[in-house]
Amino acid sequence: MATKTQVEAVINGEPIEFLCEPRQSLLEVLRDTLGLTGSKEGCNNGNCGACSVLIDGALVNACLVLAVEIQGRQVTTIEGIATPDGLHPLQQKFLEHAALQCGFCTPGFIVAAKALLDRNPDPSEAEVRQWLAGNLCRCTGYDHIVKAILAAADRPTGAEAHP
Amino acid sequence: MTQTEKTSRPGFRVIGSSPLRQDGVEKVTGRARFGADIHLPGLLIGAVLRSPHAHARILAIDTSAAAAYPGVKAVVTALDLPELESKIADIGEASINQRYQSNNILARDKVLYFGHAVAAVAAVNGHVAEAAAALIKVDYEVLPPVLDVRAAMAPDAPILLEELRTAELGDHGTGPTNVAAHLLLETGDIARGFEAAAVVVERAFTTAMVHQGYIEPHAATAQVEADGQVTIWCSTQGTFGVREQVASILRLPLSRIRVVPLEIGGGFGGKNNVYLEPLAVLLSRKSGFRPVKLTMSRKDVLAATGPTSGSVITVKLGADAAGKLTAAQATLIYEAGAYPGSPVGSAMDVIFTPYRIPHVRIDGYDVVVNKPHTAAYRAPGGTNAAFAAESVVDELSERLGLDPIAFRLLNGVHEGNRKVDGVAFERIGLLETLEAAQSTAHYRAAAPGRHRGRGVAAGFWGNYGGKSSASASVNADGTISLIEGSVDIGGSRTSIAMQLAETLELPIETVRTTIADTDSIGETEGTYGSRTTFATGWAAYEVGQKLKVGLKERAAHLWGVTAADVDYADGVFRSGAEHMTFAGLAAQMDGTGGPVVASASVQPSSWGPGFAVHIVDVEVDPETGKVDILRYTALQDAGKAVYPDYVAGQMQGGAAQGIGWALHEEFIYDGQGRLLNANWLDYRMPVSLDLPFIETVIVEVPSPSHPYGVRGVGEVPIVPPAAAVANAIYRAIGVRLTELPMSPGRIVAALRAQDR
Amino acid sequence: MASVWIPALLRSLTGGQATVSATGTSVLALIDDLDTRYPGLRARLVDGDRLRPGLAVVVDGKTGRLRLREPVAEASEVHFVATISGG
Repeated sequence: MATKTQVEAVINGEPIEFLCEPRQSLLEVLRDTLGLTGSKEGCNNGNCGACSVLIDGALVNACLVLAVEIQGRQVTTIEGIATPDGLHPLQQKFLEHAALQCGFCTPGFIVAAKALLDRNPDPSEAEVRQWLAGNLCRCTGYDHIVKAILAAADRPTGAEAHP
Repeated sequence: MTQTEKTSRPGFRVIGSSPLRQDGVEKVTGRARFGADIHLPGLLIGAVLRSPHAHARILAIDTSAAAAYPGVKAVVTALDLPELESKIADIGEASINQRYQSNNILARDKVLYFGHAVAAVAAVNGHVAEAAAALIKVDYEVLPPVLDVRAAMAPDAPILLEELRTAELGDHGTGPTNVAAHLLLETGDIARGFEAAAVVVERAFTTAMVHQGYIEPHAATAQVEADGQVTIWCSTQGTFGVREQVASILRLPLSRIRVVPLEIGGGFGGKNNVYLEPLAVLLSRKSGFRPVKLTMSRKDVLAATGPTSGSVITVKLGADAAGKLTAAQATLIYEAGAYPGSPVGSAMDVIFTPYRIPHVRIDGYDVVVNKPHTAAYRAPGGTNAAFAAESVVDELSERLGLDPIAFRLLNGVHEGNRKVDGVAFERIGLLETLEAAQSTAHYRAAAPGRHRGRGVAAGFWGNYGGKSSASASVNADGTISLIEGSVDIGGSRTSIAMQLAETLELPIETVRTTIADTDSIGETEGTYGSRTTFATGWAAYEVGQKLKVGLKERAAHLWGVTAADVDYADGVFRSGAEHMTFAGLAAQMDGTGGPVVASASVQPSSWGPGFAVHIVDVEVDPETGKVDILRYTALQDAGKAVYPDYVAGQMQGGAAQGIGWALHEEFIYDGQGRLLNANWLDYRMPVSLDLPFIETVIVEVPSPSHPYGVRGVGEVPIVPPAAAVANAIYRAIGVRLTELPMSPGRIVAALRAQDR
Repeated sequence: MASVWIPALLRSLTGGQATVSATGTSVLALIDDLDTRYPGLRARLVDGDRLRPGLAVVVDGKTGRLRLREPVAEASEVHFVATISGG
């Protein structure tokens, strides 16, 4: 058995301590040690974005980060997106726009979209599509997802729907 | 934009609306539990050792080092599986040789594809399990692989399955072969039909093996109790299918197995077959009855589950000078993968079905090759077939100087026409869908310009019915608890609840759906075949009718009349001067006989087929061969769209998968049969940047085979896209691409060949 | 007499006829009737006491859930088709 390292971090606003092996990814620790299974493993090599989380506000794939790297940092996962008062506007718009079918990629998309809106509250369709290019969805063709994010940014859709 | 043509019966109150889906909050907050999200006390994690060879004989397996590795609790090989005789079993509607099914779980004497499972390990964690699996020594005699159907059909081809003989509807060939079956559909006399043609077009097409590409890898957890009782938690399209397959492979009684559905992260046909479930059961049993979880890596999913067939298809079509089709001929050769069972039969059902053609002959061949055993993928076989046929239809209409939609309208099938197999159509909506396509703003917009082109294609899918069960109880406050057996892969909890609410004339918020495990609901076939909203929704309708009968009896009891004297409308029971709301009567159940509960099972004997028409504008960069999708419109006859936002979602998702199949996706094998692109960087699925908004037009020609006119909607939208894109590329650059995917390299090569 | 559509691969047994008439009140009775005139037909359609796996029988446009025991009317149309359940 490999020796375990103690890590202290803030996850979804709560200070937390855990032990992990140096080889364990953040995704593995989130899911298996901390019980935060909202971050999904779709590929475990950074291609699908289903494990998107924020570290100090920056969007990363949790499968590509070692758990020991979050020492002293702030992590936001899908479990930390909703407020105590209810759903985040992105979550609400995903529901209203039928932006999920199977729902497996949905946490990653919502976390990724939050990172976008945090830095650009009024993105264009092209900017949304560019930003989401690291998140795979196989069910929806992205149409309703892009519309939900534009709606969450309070931007009307349809004007630039086609050339 | 979604337009709904108001051709169906008016007066629906719930059907056709778009409530928020019942499982939505769990899924946007990350709380929904998918296949890998389960954790149990004492859980062990499994790992699978897979073959590095595409074709080899297993001479010996030494598991001793793995078994001795610290933290390992169990190791299994094919010797731990019951040895099953060769017997064709009907699993649902599919016919499967149970021995092949077992051999696909763990290879017994031969490995037949790169990634074929050979042994499995359970250990205290995944890292230990993987390290131990790597210590298993397998002694292989490597054999030459067969990777192409044409090579597999050659007289001197290496043979995958020594006992295989070509089946021909109850007859079979005499010598060893890789051709598992020859199928034939024929009507009229094609020689006469082609004599009557003024224009004949014949082309050959090839398509690559592709994968469903669901984002969630397979996952299964099993707990075997010391008395032999088995519980399986997994992500599957069909819990009862898992139960049936595990029972068959492990020779267990059905009642010994309970399958608990977790949420499923996409399937598209690829999560009907079991891969991990029997291994989890074996490992749990052998590790002292501890729970064991197995999950696949993405590499495992791509290399060793059930992709769909690559194919070689020739199509010949003839039409008279007026544009009427006179004859059609096709030969379809489909890769089955390691064991028989490609979707060539359903491909034959799709290929010419949109058209009235008096003389048709279709030959199909199911051919084994050293690739993973193919599984269903959304309208199985249909995309390949339509790519071939609709490309030739496009070419024929161009030669005749006819608009491609006008040509299809001239030849399109309608009620009363017969399919090639002789069965006549009930009411169908192809012509209405073509007319709707003609009148879209997209189709009427000006031609898109230089290096740009607009393509059209039509598609057919027969859909399916199948067994479904539902039950419901009325609660004392007038709400309804609905239990059903269909895994919800895209909103079906809600679309089924909507049909119960419609039947009871109550708001959708009144009904809450739970998906039950296999011990808790009547048999329900999987979420496949575009059947769930259709068939399980029908079961919910029957439950609603029964609840109304039960509640009328309670009202009659209260009012001292007979149930026949009680009417129900708009949520109110009435008899003479008496009346009571649904909720009011529900409050009176206590005292009039207790809870009102109803259950129903259905097995429809017919189901309305679906037709789709897709329109696409592309731009081709002649320097790089890159194709951009500029605009896309998908039209489809949904019969009656129960949950329109999610019908549109199916249409968009099918189009997107078809675009990926058309332009990028393919399994790339080296000469030894090793899959070179078992990851999502190299197996290139569409990302958000690759697609525009996908416009949808839902046409509603009610199916006579459903109480609410519903047709399945999930599969047909993947049938037209590859052909539509190919036809658009032709209009853009003047070259017909006959090979999928139409990747940049192939387009550049085709342009160069044209220049020479 | 019911009208039975003969699958293309079995038309060598019916002298090339695509549809033939048969007498009987069930699918099995029709097959037995046809087998007297077209020997070998039953063996191709029936495996033991059941319809051959992979085949479905369609009577008047509806899938016959009773398979070989499905009732057939005087003017029925009977087809034997490949089972397809989809993805």
